[in-house]
Amino acid sequence: MNTVRNDGRRARRAARNGLVGLLGAALLSACAMPEPWVKPYERERLASPVMQVQRDALSAKHFEHVREVREGSRGGTGVQGGGCGCN
Amino acid sequence: MRLAQARLLSLGERRSGARGLPFVASAHLLGALGALLATGNARAVDLPEDRADVMLHSFNGGGVDAWGPALLVRKSLYDKFSLFGTYYADIVSNASIDVVTTASPYRETRNEVGGGLSYAVRDSLITLAGSYSSEPDYTATAFNIDIATDAFGGMSTVGLGYTYGSDDVGRRDEGFFDYAKHWRYRLSLNQILTPRWMATANFEVVSDDGYLGNPYRVALVFGAAVPERVPRTRTSRAALLRVVGEVLPETSVRADYRYFWDTWEIKSHTFELGATRRFGERWLADAFTRFYSQDPALFYSNNAMSETQYVSRNRQLSQFSSWSVGTKVTYALHAVPGSYEMRLTGAIEYWKTNYDDFTDVRNGELYSYGSVVSQVFLTVVF
Repeated sequence: MNTVRNDGRRARRAARNGLVGLLGAALLSACAMPEPWVKPYERERLASPVMQVQRDALSAKHFEHVREVREGSRGGTGVQGGGCGCN
Repeated sequence: MRLAQARLLSLGERRSGARGLPFVASAHLLGALGALLATGNARAVDLPEDRADVMLHSFNGGGVDAWGPALLVRKSLYDKFSLFGTYYADIVSNASIDVVTTASPYRETRNEVGGGLSYAVRDSLITLAGSYSSEPDYTATAFNIDIATDAFGGMSTVGLGYTYGSDDVGRRDEGFFDYAKHWRYRLSLNQILTPRWMATANFEVVSDDGYLGNPYRVALVFGAAVPERVPRTRTSRAALLRVVGEVLPETSVRADYRYFWDTWEIKSHTFELGATRRFGERWLADAFTRFYSQDPALFYSNNAMSETQYVSRNRQLSQFSSWSVGTKVTYALHAVPGSYEMRLTGAIEYWKTNYDDFTDVRNGELYSYGSVVSQVFLTVVF
């Protein structure tokens, strides 16, 4: 009787350990990120002014303010600003 | 740290065998600790550049003339902090269709001051900012916090932002009578795709509570003018996707799409295409075109034929579409390499708006208007 009970406990422990191991392996493999495919020395062009869409913050703020006053939509453009009673 | 390390190493070298090992090990540990502390101050993210901009801006169209100065100054301190201050003024002469058909043209000035601090630590840039806007019948205070972090070997930049705004709402003949509060939550991802292309995805939620209407605006119900009735809460979401790429040397193109939707049933689509090109050593030019279309708010009506809890004739909440085309040109006036650069920029945009369900009460025709938005500013980068 004891042998049967012990076998059952051993089997459950083995199954639990196996599940934990499998879960751990799955999590670890999900954390493995691919290598950055654009090296730092290849990013020079991306820093050029022609690639900076909102390089003049004051200009972008004014355009965004003018739109937000006259349209029903707001947000999502990447420009942060204050408020006004312009509705 | 280095002196202590050197002394330990020399002691280790003078002792032989196992007796020298603890000194050598301690020296290397000290060295590692020193390196760790040193890298605690090193960072991969750059502070924004030091600059000063002085601008004159203008909007003219639909009977509204709004112009004024704007100023931005930014300066870094100790290679870790960047302080900035802004000033913006709108001098408004308003004879818009709402004003001329229901009231009298007026003129007023709005002033806004702002400032903040950016702090660069490791791969992150943390920015705290505030602003205060004041006009005769409305004041608005806002606080922002933004965090931008480089990730994935610098290929990605993840941004989180939060804004809290608190307004006092007034009426010229009555003083301040109500409040409006706003909360904005921003999430952004900038991703390098190839050495010449990158993409941006932004998501922003805006929530408002309080008086969200206009105390001077009237709605039409069975042809009779009544004060508008607008809900006291609103929540909106906007998602934007942008792609920018260098297609030729010194030439880039970009495409944007933004989808907006909110609890007032407004939905909108925004498409924008642009191109930027450098000409020679001194000229940089942008050109863009934008198309916008919007579905109306649930309670919007040009002339309501039933009594409803909420009703508004605010054309900004109606069904309409607009298109615009514009350009921005920058000329490098003077540059001293490694010291400063002075640039002059002019921008102009023609913007045409066509309303599908808002009429000019003077003639019953659907309303439309063209406007011109322009800026001229001097920038010094130092």
